[in-house]
Amino acid sequence: MPTLTIDGKTITVEPGTNLIQAAEKLGIAIPYYCYHPGLSIAGNCRICLVKMEKSPKPIIACQTLCQEGMVVDASSPEVGKLRQAVLEFLLINHPLDCPVCDQAGECWLQDYYMEFGLYDPKFNEQKVKKHFKATPIGPTVTLDSERCILCSRCVRFTDEISKTHELGIFDRGDHSEIGIYPGKELRNNYSGNVVDICPVGALTDRDFRFKCRVWYLTSTDSICPGCSNGCNIQIHVNRERPHHAKGERVMRLKPRYNAEVNQWWMCDAGRYGYKFIDKDRILIPERREGSLFKEEEWEKLLGSLASSIAALFERYEQNALGICLSPQLSNEDLFMAKKFFEEQLGLPQITVLSPSPEGDQDDFLIKSDKNPNTRGALALGLSKVSFEEIIQRIQKGKIKGLYLFGQDLLALLGESKAKEIFGKLELIIFQGSNQNATSKLAHVVLPSATYAEKDGTFTNHAGRVQRFWKALEPLGQSLPDGEILRRLASEMGTLLEFETPEAIFEDLAQSIAAFRGLSYASLGQEGKLLPDGGKVVARAVRHEKEDSRE
Amino acid sequence: MNELILSKRFNLKESHKLQTYLSTGGYRSAERALKTMKPEAIVEEVKVSNLRGFGGAGFSTGMKWSFLPKERKKPVYLVVNADEGEPGTFKDRYIMEKDPHLLIEGILITSFAIGSHKAYVYIRGEYVKSYRILQGAVDEAYAKGYLGKNIFGTGFDLEVMLHMGAGAYICGEETALLESLEGKKGFPRLKPPFPAIIGLFGCPTIINNVETLSCLPTIIERGGKAFADLGCEKNGGTHLYSLSGHVERPGVYELRMGTPLRDLIYKYGGGIRGGKQLKAVVPGGMSAAVLKANEIDVGLDYESLKKAGTMLGSAGIIVMDETTCMVEALLVTARFFAHESCGQCSPCREGTGWYYKVVQRIYEGKGRMQDLETLMSIPVNMGGNTICAFADGAAMPFSSYPVKFREEFEQHIREGKCNPTKENHAYAYH
Repeated sequence: MPTLTIDGKTITVEPGTNLIQAAEKLGIAIPYYCYHPGLSIAGNCRICLVKMEKSPKPIIACQTLCQEGMVVDASSPEVGKLRQAVLEFLLINHPLDCPVCDQAGECWLQDYYMEFGLYDPKFNEQKVKKHFKATPIGPTVTLDSERCILCSRCVRFTDEISKTHELGIFDRGDHSEIGIYPGKELRNNYSGNVVDICPVGALTDRDFRFKCRVWYLTSTDSICPGCSNGCNIQIHVNRERPHHAKGERVMRLKPRYNAEVNQWWMCDAGRYGYKFIDKDRILIPERREGSLFKEEEWEKLLGSLASSIAALFERYEQNALGICLSPQLSNEDLFMAKKFFEEQLGLPQITVLSPSPEGDQDDFLIKSDKNPNTRGALALGLSKVSFEEIIQRIQKGKIKGLYLFGQDLLALLGESKAKEIFGKLELIIFQGSNQNATSKLAHVVLPSATYAEKDGTFTNHAGRVQRFWKALEPLGQSLPDGEILRRLASEMGTLLEFETPEAIFEDLAQSIAAFRGLSYASLGQEGKLLPDGGKVVARAVRHEKEDSRE
Repeated sequence: MNELILSKRFNLKESHKLQTYLSTGGYRSAERALKTMKPEAIVEEVKVSNLRGFGGAGFSTGMKWSFLPKERKKPVYLVVNADEGEPGTFKDRYIMEKDPHLLIEGILITSFAIGSHKAYVYIRGEYVKSYRILQGAVDEAYAKGYLGKNIFGTGFDLEVMLHMGAGAYICGEETALLESLEGKKGFPRLKPPFPAIIGLFGCPTIINNVETLSCLPTIIERGGKAFADLGCEKNGGTHLYSLSGHVERPGVYELRMGTPLRDLIYKYGGGIRGGKQLKAVVPGGMSAAVLKANEIDVGLDYESLKKAGTMLGSAGIIVMDETTCMVEALLVTARFFAHESCGQCSPCREGTGWYYKVVQRIYEGKGRMQDLETLMSIPVNMGGNTICAFADGAAMPFSSYPVKFREEFEQHIREGKCNPTKENHAYAYH
């Protein structure tokens, strides 16, 4: 463990720590462009030059590993001059088009220039004209070579992380340009990440470009619901300029670092999969009368729904209501559902049904299970019967009511089979955030909040329980799923305690063995593995298989 | 004239043929080395010889070899740097074209000394003739059993591969050369690790210049001490100086290390063409700082020229007489560096292009006095701040021309043209 001194402060670090990382630990920010902790060292931008005792030349902090006894000067006026010089070089051929640049406000050229800039430019020549000006280089990314500082982060990303090798640096000297190899375009499952790591406005996101100035955005930490990997993300919401982007609230998602899950990255499917939050939402509770939907007040609708359910139980038995919970729901919502349907109503016909079939997977971030909380649903022991069994019981006339949580049975079973099933049902309850073909055929439609509109936790494929935070108010009259269940329970004369998601989780952690010992405080920003996650899930899966064999 | 080591066969008839080489003592050193010497003993002789790399940096060859890892888990490669691109330098070309077997014998001895069984010769793209002649010589050597399997019956194997560059100056930088040889774009690598540890294809690699390796037969023949005595202090052997520009007899001259620059120009080069006055000399290829006419009483060796504020570099001596416009000379220089910068590091990529544009503006009569300050600050901010030595090499001429010939630059800015006696602004750049 080498001990070294940076700006007079001494620190001992793990072997293999570079000077940027060591300085960071001391609260000293050494500027950098080409360095990225997730990529190989390129050492080309030269803005991290620092001075070191016994070294005749300045050294780059990104490549230099800490060694015993080093004495580093990272902040003196002389070092500041080195940074000033690099910035001067980087800007001579830069178009300085900040007013029309989408990166403005989160641009590292702007940021470092504010700190180290020359403020007295000497450049008096014609700037180099480059080939790519606002040129789409693939479905997700636009390239502007004149803004590029050739840090090569994007090239290294496509070589080392996506391993798709679309990008390269072409030509030489000040005519060098990032470009696409002949016959290729930047089209891969992780292409959006190059925008995140581009420190300047050279690579911008075609989805986000010109939708909103970044200084109007607020950021909330969350978990991507796109698959069971549970990539840590930030939701960027435009609260201040609601008239921008046609009133859409969520402007973009960005990956958030988690060493154990996604490091710095996320896939494009997750990144651009946020549109449902503001699009095709179910906004108002509705009840179908004949072929028309009638909007209702929550209280009135839930009151009549409670009566319908009670009548169903009376006409048939508790077995007559099938519940299809969704692995899209949070642990907290599922726990409320467990308490309500299983403990209070004593329903035996409960299953967990994915709203989507298995999809693509790779050996990096993308998982075939496109739900964020399958593992949590299994750990909560919610799969009492299989979905196939519920279908069979409907066909046999034993189940007369079906409570769906967002699933579109027309998509899952095919239109004719779904309609045949629906024909045998007296009560179809659809609780979900977005419209689909099934919601249009339901008898009762209950608008629920999306993951972005509530607090909660998901348990990813590896059994890691991770927090997500409320970024937005629920749209329209939608409510968190747990809150809808609480209100329904109340209408049905039972009491479902619902305070905060945190309190629910506390209760959950006490009563469900798989979650024992966990709390919001202990989950922190990076989440925690289920204490005995592997075994519990293995049991749950076996249980489900046994069921389907019956 | 001193004794000739490297160029002694240059004027023989059919000097590039194996027959000529053998009849003048060729391959005897290699045979002796392989049959009677231990590799470590050869490395020791090379250390004693004070042989320093003739590619430009002047690093001790024996020292370089000893950086190879002691434990050999991977093959070791020898890479011959024949990418002679430094403007004003053409000595390696003479060796390859006039005495290619001298180089091959040097490769053989060196490969044996460092334990390499594969040597790559990276030849400058424009050197088509050198490539053809050297390939012919390699073929001859294979046919005779001096290359290939079981050389001299000792069980030592060596393959030699020639590879032509594609015209980039930067590929003469040893790590850019390795990248290029691996089939990639010629970007210099970050160091450490140095090539002796991780070089070609991730294996330990020694990269030596053509002239450097051509000294090996003599070191084996006469011993390291005798070779050291041929030169001056800390600089073993003789050296090939490429003399070009406004002299009566330009060419390659083999001289003792430390020969005075004045002697090279006036004694060997026959003085300035047409009896004109000397104005300036670049002593070590285009990357060296320029010297004024009154600064030529300096020895042509690494230490003396360093003391004089310039460098021996690749020993390419470019002589300029009184008719030369120094703004134009710098323009040519700046254009070269702007064109050849690989573009990897910000200071060099942007600095070389910027500098060239400023000089061009002054040359075209659109200069401003404050441009001279810019010309001073750009090289200061480039030099020493980049991955490889290219920026340092550009910074030396960049910071010396406008200082040493300031009055000429000022005049250009003031009057928008040269002094009327220098009417030959021949170099039109657009």
